Amino acid sequence: MSAKQITIALVGQPNVGKSMLINSISGARLHVGNFTGVTVEKTQVSFEIDGYDFKIIDLPGTYAFTDYSIEERVTHEFLINEPYDIIINVLDSTNMEKNLQLTAELMTMSKKMVLALNMSDEADKEGIVINAGYLSQLLGIPCVSVSAVAKSGLDELIQSVIEVINEPVQEQKLIFSEAVEEEIGLIENYLNRHRFTAAISNRNIAINLLQKETKTYRVLHDNPLWIELQPILIEADHHVLLHHDTDDMKEAFAEEYRAFNRGILAETVKTNITAQSKKTLTEKIDSVLIHPFFGIPIFLFFMWGLFQLTFEIGSIPMDLINVFFGWLGETVGATIGNEEIRSLIVDGVISGVGAVILFVPNIVILFVGIALLESTGYMSRVAFLLDGFFHKFGLHGQSFIPLVSGFGCSIPAYMSARILKNDRDRLLTLFVIGFMSCGARLPVYVLFTGAFFGPAMAGNILFGIYILGAIIGLIAAKVLKMTAFKGADEPFVMEMPKYRLPSLKLIWHTVLTKTMMYLKKAGTFIAAASLLVWFLSTYPKNTELATSFATKIEAATSEIQVKQLENKLAEEQLSASFLGQIGHTIEPLFIPLGFDWKMAVALQTGLAAKEVVVSTMSVLYSLGSDANEQSNSLVNAIHDHIPFPSAVAFIVVIMTYLPCLAASVVFTREAGGIKYFGYLFTFTTIVAYSLAFIAYHFTLWIG
Amino acid sequence: MSEKSTMTLLSACTKGGMATVCKINATGPLKQRLVSFGLMRGVDLVMMECSPTKSTFEVKVGTLNIALRKEEAALIEVCNVR
Ligand SMILES: Nc1nc2c(ncn2[C@@H]2O[C@H](COP(=O)(O)OP(=O)(O)OP(=O)(O)O)[C@@H](O)[C@H]2O)c(=O)[nH]1
Ligand SMILES: [Mg+2]
Repeated sequence: MSAKQITIALVGQPNVGKSMLINSISGARLHVGNFTGVTVEKTQVSFEIDGYDFKIIDLPGTYAFTDYSIEERVTHEFLINEPYDIIINVLDSTNMEKNLQLTAELMTMSKKMVLALNMSDEADKEGIVINAGYLSQLLGIPCVSVSAVAKSGLDELIQSVIEVINEPVQEQKLIFSEAVEEEIGLIENYLNRHRFTAAISNRNIAINLLQKETKTYRVLHDNPLWIELQPILIEADHHVLLHHDTDDMKEAFAEEYRAFNRGILAETVKTNITAQSKKTLTEKIDSVLIHPFFGIPIFLFFMWGLFQLTFEIGSIPMDLINVFFGWLGETVGATIGNEEIRSLIVDGVISGVGAVILFVPNIVILFVGIALLESTGYMSRVAFLLDGFFHKFGLHGQSFIPLVSGFGCSIPAYMSARILKNDRDRLLTLFVIGFMSCGARLPVYVLFTGAFFGPAMAGNILFGIYILGAIIGLIAAKVLKMTAFKGADEPFVMEMPKYRLPSLKLIWHTVLTKTMMYLKKAGTFIAAASLLVWFLSTYPKNTELATSFATKIEAATSEIQVKQLENKLAEEQLSASFLGQIGHTIEPLFIPLGFDWKMAVALQTGLAAKEVVVSTMSVLYSLGSDANEQSNSLVNAIHDHIPFPSAVAFIVVIMTYLPCLAASVVFTREAGGIKYFGYLFTFTTIVAYSLAFIAYHFTLWIG
Repeated sequence: MSEKSTMTLLSACTKGGMATVCKINATGPLKQRLVSFGLMRGVDLVMMECSPTKSTFEVKVGTLNIALRKEEAALIEVCNVR
């Protein structure tokens, strides 16, 4: 016998802890963050309890049943069109009145439902006491106090779900004002008299007709009853609007729901006054962090601190990793007899992958910074602080959220742009995200700043690079807004969550998940790319070259001369390889930017993934130079082989050119068509080339 | 609704002031969004913070803090300013 399957739709307003609740119940690792719009796509998690196969669908948070933004539409479409057995409606116990607005709307759907009153730990601290039993009774829906963080009430929640599933029907008790009840009654009676039946109760049909819910409307509209029903509805409409003194039915219903919720809450929620009256911690912190004058400087200081740390702490394990890969290359190399295979493994894979793994400490620090920003609640504050500034550049304050995610990786950033309601704002943000340097570009920056600046300055330079990238992004946004995305400004209304101290465990999991992804990428994709680069830069072997050098080397008199000749041979071999040939073909394009063919090639391979820039350089420079010189690290190679102005231009290109392949695919999907990729390609290429040109010549000029 | 005791726009309120919402001039999804934040007729709010240029505001409605821009605040009529 197969176990019984229960499909649960997890619904709730944003930031009430839906994803966290699933994580606590099932041990999943869904993305959690303390701002609205963390989850932007439905995600399914399966697990088994008590012989039941549970399938929970985590849905993006939604305030109400209006399609405000794309991610909310995902939720509504799921609720209306997809099959599921039961809804778990998650609420924030400390914000019941607002959260119940959605619950009331859900109650008109005639679906089985259980309420999870989450954040009970916070409610306890704030002196809020909820009588869940009485609330269940009043609503006709089981209500369970839970805490996803303290992991309390979770079993009870699951048991309630199982109970409700096994019950035949559930009578939910949504009650309206007398005037509205009367109209509902009229419509309901009419439907009953004509023996109309549907999946949802006639009472709920009546409510939905009054609310002008599109699907119910459409179904009834095609029914012969409509001819008689329509006048009744028009009359009812009129009465309800008159009663509420408004011309907006949604407003009338919102007021109805609020009155109902207030009535219920008055009987079920007690608030300990002494705990409430004092200024909340959030307000105290906010008086500093979003101070009108100090707010932005404080934010910039945090950013600067983060990049200092990236350098200072990041460099400690770096040396160890460097030594390790050097040792690994030598040890592994010594066991391989065949010269070609040895080079493949040591100069290709180990050197390429090692170069990328070298930067794991930096990446981890960056990830910790982003995780803190996401999980404390500071994210929304910065969006608030920067909105005025962003607005001047045609961006939306909420664009800050996807833009910040862009510092981690562009892919989730493109997805999180869905929180922007308006397509124009969203597209504009999508075009700008690429200018926020993603984590994969960090290795390139660290490598180059490390090569040209002392440790005292490197952190500042790194901070400067990121800020400069962001400024270029803002200017690009302004240009796009004035040309391609002209139009009226969109509203900015955003909830500011309370500050939460993130648990170490949460940060650890978030950072670990991302770091593992980075390592996995290094072990698979980057390793393969390094292999390919090695192959292309080793073959075809030019035997003529080798023999002509062999005679010269034999004729050489001193040790130094031999070494020089060997290096020259390696360099020329590389130059004659497939990759060398490609490099020389494209080199003319890059000469105005001061790039040699190796840099040009590294840039191109970076289109696959930005880390590959580093691994490619590592392979190219370790093949070109004397392979035995282990101490001669990539940093030194870069310092010796690349002139400073070329390096500056190179960094500028890395900052601004096309995102990697995977990100480009996501960009194209989110923007809604291949033509947008065409625009992005053209746009970024023009920006990158012209800025790099300016940077190169400017640096040359100042000396 | 309360009496017509000098209506002003929310965008004209100063930091720390309290007021009661009496009309929301927004329409469509924006109105819906404001309403689901609890910004409805008859609700009390507190002006928590505003940026130096008065371009962005933070208001508190019940237990909720909401950020909005000057343009949106100008759609909210308040009365009973304290
Ligand atoms: N104190 C406390 N915090 C919680 C609890 N559950 C979740 N949180 C925090 O609330 C925040 C929001 O959690 P999420 O799981 O991302 O919320 P969500 O409902 O999935 O949000 P969206 O995906 O944006 O709709 C996070 O900072 C969590 O750490 C809880 O039971 N107690
Ligand atoms: Mg979520």
